[in-house]
Amino acid sequence: MLPLSLRTLATRTLLLLVIASAVSCSSLPPEDGIRVVSAEKRIDLTGPIVKVFLTLKVENAPTASEASRVLLAFTPTEVQHLSIVKATRAEGKHKKKAFVPLSIEASELATTAPDAPRLYSVLLSTPLKPGDATTLEVLYMLTHSLEPFPAEISQSESQLVYYRDSAVLLSPYHVLEQVTYIKMPSNRIESFTRVDPTTRAGSEVKYGTYNNQMPNSYLPILVHYENNRPFAVVEELVRKVEISHWGNIQITEQYKLKHGGARHKGVFSRLEYQSRPSVSGASSFKNLLVRLPPRVHSVYYRDEIGNISSSHLRTDSHKSELEIEPRYPLFGGWHCTFTVGYGLPLQDFVFESVDGRRYINLTFGCPLLDTVVDDLTVKTSYSYLDVVGRTTVVLKKKNVVGEHNVPFQVYYEFNPIFMLAEPLMLISAVLLFFVAFIAYLHMDLSIRKSS
Amino acid sequence: MAPPALDSLPAPLRSLRLKTKQQELLLRVSALALIYVLAFAVRLFSVLRYESMIHEFDPYFNYRTTLFLTENGFSEFWNWFDSESWYPLGRVVGGTLFPGLMVTAALLHRLLHALSLAVHIREVCVLTAPFFAANTTLVAYAFGREIWDSGAGLVAAALIAIVPGYISRSVAGSYDNEGVAIFALLLTFYLFVRAVNTGSLAWALASAFGYFYMVSAWGGYVFIINLIPLYVLVLLVTGRYSQRLYVAYNCMYVLGMLLAMQIRFVGFQHVQSGEHMAAMGVFFLLQVFFFLDWVQYLLNDARLFKSFLRITLTCVITVGALALGIGTASGYISPWTGRFYSLLDPTYAKDHIPIIASVSEHQPTAWSSFMFDFHILLFLFPAGLYFCFKRLSDATIFIVMYGLTSMYFAGVMVRLILVAAPAVCLISAIAASATIKNLTTLIRTKSRSPQTTSGKTTGSKAAAKGAVDQSLPFQHNAAIALLLGAFYLLSRYAIHCTWVTSEAYSSPSIVLAARGHNGGRVIFDDYREAYYWLRQNTPPDAKIMSWWDYGYQITAMGNRTVIVDNNTWNNTHIATVGRAMSSYEDEAYEIMQSLDVNYVLVVFGGVTGYSSDDINKFLWMVRIGGGVFPVIKEPDYLVNGEYRIDKGAAPKMLNCLMYKLCYYRFGELTTEYGKPPGYDRVRGVEIGNKDIKLEYLEEAFTTSNWIVRIYKVKPPKNRS
Repeated sequence: MLPLSLRTLATRTLLLLVIASAVSCSSLPPEDGIRVVSAEKRIDLTGPIVKVFLTLKVENAPTASEASRVLLAFTPTEVQHLSIVKATRAEGKHKKKAFVPLSIEASELATTAPDAPRLYSVLLSTPLKPGDATTLEVLYMLTHSLEPFPAEISQSESQLVYYRDSAVLLSPYHVLEQVTYIKMPSNRIESFTRVDPTTRAGSEVKYGTYNNQMPNSYLPILVHYENNRPFAVVEELVRKVEISHWGNIQITEQYKLKHGGARHKGVFSRLEYQSRPSVSGASSFKNLLVRLPPRVHSVYYRDEIGNISSSHLRTDSHKSELEIEPRYPLFGGWHCTFTVGYGLPLQDFVFESVDGRRYINLTFGCPLLDTVVDDLTVKTSYSYLDVVGRTTVVLKKKNVVGEHNVPFQVYYEFNPIFMLAEPLMLISAVLLFFVAFIAYLHMDLSIRKSS
Repeated sequence: MAPPALDSLPAPLRSLRLKTKQQELLLRVSALALIYVLAFAVRLFSVLRYESMIHEFDPYFNYRTTLFLTENGFSEFWNWFDSESWYPLGRVVGGTLFPGLMVTAALLHRLLHALSLAVHIREVCVLTAPFFAANTTLVAYAFGREIWDSGAGLVAAALIAIVPGYISRSVAGSYDNEGVAIFALLLTFYLFVRAVNTGSLAWALASAFGYFYMVSAWGGYVFIINLIPLYVLVLLVTGRYSQRLYVAYNCMYVLGMLLAMQIRFVGFQHVQSGEHMAAMGVFFLLQVFFFLDWVQYLLNDARLFKSFLRITLTCVITVGALALGIGTASGYISPWTGRFYSLLDPTYAKDHIPIIASVSEHQPTAWSSFMFDFHILLFLFPAGLYFCFKRLSDATIFIVMYGLTSMYFAGVMVRLILVAAPAVCLISAIAASATIKNLTTLIRTKSRSPQTTSGKTTGSKAAAKGAVDQSLPFQHNAAIALLLGAFYLLSRYAIHCTWVTSEAYSSPSIVLAARGHNGGRVIFDDYREAYYWLRQNTPPDAKIMSWWDYGYQITAMGNRTVIVDNNTWNNTHIATVGRAMSSYEDEAYEIMQSLDVNYVLVVFGGVTGYSSDDINKFLWMVRIGGGVFPVIKEPDYLVNGEYRIDKGAAPKMLNCLMYKLCYYRFGELTTEYGKPPGYDRVRGVEIGNKDIKLEYLEEAFTTSNWIVRIYKVKPPKNRS
């Protein structure tokens, strides 16, 4: 086997494995003296993915020991849909203020109780001294958390969804002051739970301010609103990267796309769809944008039964954009599979490292914009001699969003002499053929002597 | 300078200089190689213009079965029961198809993979027909050399490489049985003629194997098994009987028959079906002939032999007639099939088998399509026949018979132009080659003669010159003019063929292309849009009802079960669908319920002007439906014998299922500027029923240009 090292996804990303380690007692109070002085939770519900921005001002009690981590709590349902958590810490004063990314890991303090909150630790770069305060900015994304209701809609209806959360911040700490904002795409809000004080301003609903909440408080709220943004869900994506050292990287991406919103019910009328595009099929979508690296070439877009002729490629020096249209518009619950393939120049992505090994530097994640990928597989392989098979690195990840499009590297060893193997094989085959032909012409194979 | 330099070369290098014969060989081989490449390349228009895809209807079935074969192996394929077609009957695919094409493509695929060329089976299928067409040129060359000379062979190869009649069935993507069958047909004929010429068992054996391949590939093998006995009979009658013929025919027939029985679809037809009896009759006749020959040799007495002959012949004829009569009466020998009858009698299908008559490629051929598909070969053909009769031999008799019979069949059915194409090419090649050869020898000898005479004495020189002046300039110039004319015609032929290939025969008919307002190309990809929608968004066990034309495509591209498809083996089943389409909605609903139909698919061209849609095919549905179910009467759908869809149409027409499904909500759509809504662009009229309500079905999907419309059959209402 060839030595292959994989310097994975940058530290910011995090493999979300819920650690089922057995820590016995439930709702364990953290031993350090952290409390949340003020918290602001902004929930962005405008797209198919729920984005939550948390601003936490935490303070360590003067009597406690140094704290090296801050815990975040999520409900078990949230953990299932949690795609990514990122945290930064504001350091320095006003002008020199900088946000330092922090690493996050699933906490050991997880509980066995089925509905107890799951905890994640934000590891602080410098420990929080007793009596000090700091501000953390947390961003997390939840996929498949908007439940369409009604679950089935007809072509002329627009899509309404439910979103469930808590009015107060779920936290293992004491929260002194907290406010929650929920932003929705349009003014059409069917209903929302009132937990006074609750105010609505246009497309935004504000919960709070709430004071002095006990640890692990939870006040369920339900928002029912209109969301017609395309709920494009890639159920499965397989990206194959093939490196040819003759100067090309061939990437093949197989998509299994689904409209994840409210299911389409009853008639699909092309007449309605064509004549009244704004009201008819408001939640459906018919094109998607794929962002590809610059200098991409030989792009194709096809499926099992042939080429799909409706796509446009725009390239400039920074990026290439491929606009693809599935064969038919996708309504709720409709599926569609297709393959996008393209070639990239080798010199843009494969480099030689200082120790003589080579590495390929590619972007992880899905090039399709604004989509959720349920199941992503990236296969990297390099082909130099097909007769001996190909070494392949396989990366798998579930629940991927656009934030996961970060570079990754695969290191490998490669001897350039093998580049010549295939041409030599071809040359020798042709040579053999000619030699055989010459030999045949010069041999008399007949049994009888020709007269 | 050059000659001394050459002479100064060392001896081994000098021996590399080619002799005339070698030069000729080199020329011939390179010409053949170029023809080979040409035959392949000219068929690639559709791949370059569209994409590497399978065309039309039947090839989709072949593609689907090939895919199955490569994925599941041969024994699975051989025992395949396909439940996705002919619901609820299903189809025993392994026993009802000619596996030659699929096996060929699968073997090519395996070979390429063994050479570690990772090509998809689709590419192999797309390029199978061009590959075999290229191989056919080689066979045509060998055949031409066998019946005339190598020059004729070369011309034949060149002609057959681009003849439109053959290209129409062998462009890239036209993955149909004919693609390999014409190769197999010509190969079998060539090997048989070769066997007759040489009397060699080896060639006869080879021709038996060629025949086996042909039987495995295409139903047209019946042509071989009738033409060859006919040819043998003609040779017997014209007194050209020989031991060579005896060896060739017996070996070819017996082995070929045994091999053909290995194909499940053919089975024991060689001994049981009326179409194959001629071959068996000739086989026995040949034995009698041989026996009589032997007896005559033994007896050595003309009078005694005559009486013996009389007795033997009467006995043989009585026994033969008795056997045939008993066999037919007892049902052991099946009578001729409808398809066979319709070949012998062009009007038969129209009266008795509407399902055959409804296919456009089964129509009698128009003169224009002869001209279109053969071009100059049409008048080179009689000229070639003249040359053949002038130099009559066993081989030329064969090609004459092949040419004449296939020409007759080509006149009966458009699609059989394909079978005639090789014969026409070969015979025309003889004419072209012989003419050009005569002309060039004329020019050569005459142009050389003045030089030879100039060396003689001055006295005779003047006389000779006078003689030359009298006859030569005229002949010489005429020969040159004729030669130029011949080259002009041949080049016109090449231009015509390329044009026809590019314009007429390279369209996949799945993807339609049209010119837009600004001259740009507009692509209508509606078929695949609909099929892919079916594939992705309907339950995997959904049953789709459509007219049989689209059956193969729905199963191959949509991957869904169909009620009827292009393998029209069960007329009643098709008639049931025809009846459903031509009934009122409530009657049709009952039929659809009984067939478990979930979706109905119709093809409609009223928006785009696509004329081969279901409304234009509708009368055939009525006819075929009415042929089995007398409830459906054709006059109900016509007004004074006229087929109309506008306001003046028959009430039954305006309310039948097909009309409703095609025109549902069409009345609200404006298709053309300045025309009322609901203007049908194919028929050029405003539709008669704009207020269509559907009770038992609902629109499930309509493609972007309305070409394919899919309706969902609602579940039965709950009892109240």
